[in-house]
Amino acid sequence: MNKNLEKRIELIKEYEGKLPKKIIEEIMEMAETTKIKDLRKLLERAVSEYERARIEPGEAVGIVAAQSIGEPGTQMTMRTFHYAGVAELAVPQGLPRFIEIVDARREPSMPIMEIHLKDEIKKDKQKVIEFAERIEEVLLKDVAKLEEDFAEKRVTVIFDLKALEEHEISLEEAKKKIERQARRKAKEVGDNYLVFEPGFSTLKSVRSFKEKLASTRLAGIPGIRKAAVLEEPDGSGYYLQTEGTNLKEVLLLPEVDPRRVFTNNIKEIENILGIEAARNAILIESKKVLDGQGLKVNPRHLMIVADAMTYDGEVKAIGRQGISGEKASVLARAAFEETVRHLHEAAITGEVDYLKGVTENIIVGQPIPVGTGTVKLIMKLEED
Amino acid sequence: MAGVEKKIGSIEFRLLSPEIIRKLSQIRVVTPDTYDEDGYPIEGGLMDLHMGVIDPGLRCKTCGGNIATCPGHFGHIELVRPVVHIAYVKLIYTLLKATCRKCGRLLLSPEEIEKYKEIVTGEKELDEDTALEIIEKTKKAGICPHCNAKQEEISLVKPTSFYEGDQRLFPTEIRRRLELIPDDDLRLLGINPEKARPEWAILTVLPVPPVQTRPSITLETGERSEDDLTHKLVDILRINQRLRDNIAAGAPQLIIEDLWDLLQYHVTTYFNNEVSGIPPARHRSGRPLKTLAQRLKGKEGRFRYYLSGKRVNFSARTVISPDPYISINEVGVPLDIAKILTVPEKVTEWNIEKLKEFVKRTEYPRALYIIRPDGRRKMVTDNNREMILEELDVGYTVERQLMDGDIVIFNRQPSLHRISMICHLVKVLPGKTFRLHPNVCKPYNADFDGDEMNLHVPQTEEAQAEAFHLMLVQKQIISPRYGAPIIFPDQDYITAAYLMTHKDVTFPKHIATKILAKAGVYELPKPDRRINGEPRWSGKILFSTLLPKGLSLEYTAKTCIGKDKCEHFKKKGKCEGCPIDAWVKIENGKLISGVIDKVSLQGILLDTIFRKYGSTAAREFLDRAGKMFLEALMHIGFTASLDDTDIPEEAKKEIAEVIKRAEKEVDELIRQYYSGELERMPGKTLEDTLEDKIMAILGRARNEAGDVAAKYLNPLNHYLIMTRAGSRGSMLNLTQMSACVGQQAVRGKRILRGYKHKTLPHFKEGDIGARARGFVVSSFRDGLDPIEYFFHAMGGREGLVDKGIRTAKSGYMQRRLINALQDFVVRWDGTVRDSTDTIVQFVYGEDGADPMKCYGDNPVKLKEFLLLEQKEYEELPEEGEEELVEVVGEEGGEYE
Repeated sequence: MNKNLEKRIELIKEYEGKLPKKIIEEIMEMAETTKIKDLRKLLERAVSEYERARIEPGEAVGIVAAQSIGEPGTQMTMRTFHYAGVAELAVPQGLPRFIEIVDARREPSMPIMEIHLKDEIKKDKQKVIEFAERIEEVLLKDVAKLEEDFAEKRVTVIFDLKALEEHEISLEEAKKKIERQARRKAKEVGDNYLVFEPGFSTLKSVRSFKEKLASTRLAGIPGIRKAAVLEEPDGSGYYLQTEGTNLKEVLLLPEVDPRRVFTNNIKEIENILGIEAARNAILIESKKVLDGQGLKVNPRHLMIVADAMTYDGEVKAIGRQGISGEKASVLARAAFEETVRHLHEAAITGEVDYLKGVTENIIVGQPIPVGTGTVKLIMKLEED
Repeated sequence: MAGVEKKIGSIEFRLLSPEIIRKLSQIRVVTPDTYDEDGYPIEGGLMDLHMGVIDPGLRCKTCGGNIATCPGHFGHIELVRPVVHIAYVKLIYTLLKATCRKCGRLLLSPEEIEKYKEIVTGEKELDEDTALEIIEKTKKAGICPHCNAKQEEISLVKPTSFYEGDQRLFPTEIRRRLELIPDDDLRLLGINPEKARPEWAILTVLPVPPVQTRPSITLETGERSEDDLTHKLVDILRINQRLRDNIAAGAPQLIIEDLWDLLQYHVTTYFNNEVSGIPPARHRSGRPLKTLAQRLKGKEGRFRYYLSGKRVNFSARTVISPDPYISINEVGVPLDIAKILTVPEKVTEWNIEKLKEFVKRTEYPRALYIIRPDGRRKMVTDNNREMILEELDVGYTVERQLMDGDIVIFNRQPSLHRISMICHLVKVLPGKTFRLHPNVCKPYNADFDGDEMNLHVPQTEEAQAEAFHLMLVQKQIISPRYGAPIIFPDQDYITAAYLMTHKDVTFPKHIATKILAKAGVYELPKPDRRINGEPRWSGKILFSTLLPKGLSLEYTAKTCIGKDKCEHFKKKGKCEGCPIDAWVKIENGKLISGVIDKVSLQGILLDTIFRKYGSTAAREFLDRAGKMFLEALMHIGFTASLDDTDIPEEAKKEIAEVIKRAEKEVDELIRQYYSGELERMPGKTLEDTLEDKIMAILGRARNEAGDVAAKYLNPLNHYLIMTRAGSRGSMLNLTQMSACVGQQAVRGKRILRGYKHKTLPHFKEGDIGARARGFVVSSFRDGLDPIEYFFHAMGGREGLVDKGIRTAKSGYMQRRLINALQDFVVRWDGTVRDSTDTIVQFVYGEDGADPMKCYGDNPVKLKEFLLLEQKEYEELPEEGEEELVEVVGEEGGEYE
């Protein structure tokens, strides 16, 4: 029996390269239960089916992808979705979120992380809650009242001792951190208050000094504004969902399973995990939007978008600040947006448009190099 | 054909030097006038005949052509004093700052220049960042590293004046300085000195575009009205002349400078009339002039309106209406349109007789024109018909009227995806509308409430062949977006299929034959039922005649309630013998069990036929099934009326009870909220907690009301049949019609705005109960009371507004996507590349599979094969005597 199985696996391995990995894997799973005769037939059949389904050269996959995503765009909702768990997370869904993704914003309008923990902790709800409290960012304004005195040009920090205690921050520690942030010693130190006299002359600078103090981080991970504990859908324990992201810091925490940390901030993924990860993130995020709307779109279309946004090594927006503004063709750029600017700049650099793309050729009235337009036939006239 | 086709290889962009402008020019324009009193173009004026002709009867003095043949020629204006080109102000500014005020060299040490030279020459294309870096570095230099001259601060007063310290720099001086900058230094800044010397951005000569680009129009009164560009050129010429006169007369410097600035203003607005900081030049009527930049820019500009979008001949547009009796491949074309549109046919020795027949005819279908081998077109008239017949020979082309079977492309806007344009075959029909098979509505997103569509007739054999083989309706049945059918039976067809193939539905012979005949089946299968001794044909066996031989499938229908809820499945552990006939089994082209509904017709069945038997088989199936279903539906009879929303009194009472209970619950919650008993949900404010709970209760109440209604409704209720089969409507719609409309929402929340602390004057302040916040208790059938009606209208309005914003936003997103992705094509080596041959994907979609040829997301459907493999081993049952099931007078099965 074992020998038989080996033979079957051997057989399936022969087809590597002829069939995509995913299908090979799927067939591998059947190896144990399928007779070798059937397996061979199945493989042959799969190969012929796969060959039948191959894309043809010349296919305008970019345009088809753009249409496949744009066409159902009108069916997407604009409503924001309120997450269960984390408070008041108005997460953009549907069209606004999709636009956000293709715009390659530096930060999504609602940055969210999902943090899965290592097996040792994730089962213990209490520990998970403790962990959540630990990573939540605590700013000075969360535990103290700040008062500015414009006449005396000074700022008073009045601590809420109860809140401090709740977050397990000692007064001493807090004072130190505030002084470091202020880059000066407190003028006056009381039981529960600090007074700063920064020596600024303008009212504006006093106000901005106060704001600066207010945002002093006393505990937690910067950027993690809120963390909620949720149950894993498979019931295997608990995980965190946070408002605000900080991939780098979170990955370094020992409690965290680094393979299962997730953020919806694509630029952050690019910076920390690299362009390939960003490409996958775009794919995953855009797929999530479409699935959430119940729209069927083949993932291959989304891959084209993800690759278009990343293929030159950095995440670029779909639009004039991104790919469209960097096209090789002057005419294509001019026909999209900022017509006049592109023409003027082309003149200065002495640019040449080689008419290799679609728009350029439509503009000059020539067949486009796509589909049947890619085929060139040259007939050799035989002498005699 | 035209013979050798010319192809544009590339287009070069550059600045025009004064020399080139003069060389291009056919005439120096000096007179700021256009036409003399006789309406003849003035020599040396802006409409000079050297620059082309727009008046009939005149000849161009440059090329000798007339209106039709003269392409137009440039002229030029010699500016008395140079002016700055508005688009290059910024460039001039950076150059003035980055180069030595005295010697013109870049303000970098010779070593640094060498270093950058290496960087720049090493790269194929000039890098913007390097240029910026260099500019940044030059800012620091206070003394020229080359000639040790002190560098004075240069400032720009927008839009066009430069100062050095507080000394005005006039364009003459700027031009002199720019001339000094060596070519090599310019290259470092990303400027190509062969194509664009910076001093050329200071204009000494102004090209005057051909008359054809700024035609004057003659009004009905005989008055001439000049183009905006001509107006602007007149201004420039006038000021230019005044400036010249003043200089000649030795006017004071101040006056000359003023005039110079005025000239600058006119030249600036000539190029771009929307420059910030200067008032736009206006027409006498106060309308801002549309000058060069405005002509090119934006949606209505040259690029997007005329160059990216092209207008065509051989097209038609009219209202569409449905015709279920034509093929899905066809489009019904009104005779009036067919008479006007033409198809060119080349005369060969094999078709000359046929084409001569067209020329001979005086009625439709006849030839309208012939085209001689030299390209001259001749209309076929009663007078010259004989002559044309005489001369018609191989090499001629005959343009005949549109006929049945001709290849056309049909389109409905907005053309959001490629299946908004599909190839149809012409079917000339009486009437004035295009006729479209209702199954083909989906890809166009068309309906028949007044939609209009466009039709195009491809004019070459290549175009026709491509349209036919790549774009024909039957080849578009599967959507390239998600790899499943997009052309399919819908609505009534589904209802019909459901009713017809339902378990016990049988037809007597005279109706069965009618149904079959409509579908083009002329062989009567053996009857499979018998009622009171009479042979009967079940809907299943009639439907089976449309299925291809050898087709075997097993799946669950839309009507299936799900394995986890199904009593039958729990008991038997299999689907076979499903009590509600939701287990579809097709064996060797025969429907054994199960109803045919949405899942079959819009999914698996149609999909399988398309992939296994090809597009022609799928088209045939759709054509015939459509006709069969409609015929069957006519015999069965189907309607949905007000009566179908009726529910008995006790149901109404029960629903009222449900709602009353819910309202009480809500009141209780509100009480708890005020008394402080309500507990805050984690992560929510107390108010939000209350709102959430109320919403949940009211939502549940509506569903319960719906359930009550459903309980009392006849299972053969027509709305229920439609939702069950998946033809139209949902349980929610039915609930709203007969039970309770439910909560109205604005911005996803209960209605809360209006008056101070209340939504309408009819409520008490602070009332946050169910009804005061937009819960509609009534059903559509019973009608809404005025308050409910108002809340419902609020919700409806939000929907409309939302839709408007959405279309605008998604439209722009699609435009951006198309623009960014349009050049990505699968190349011959299987890679996806852009127009610069840069690889985007090494293998398309990671496995090279075409989404349109995939089953959903997968190129191969393994499970399906396994099933089929097994099937092939087992011998398929021999076709023999079919069992006759004796059914005696059963209920619900008779339709006559």
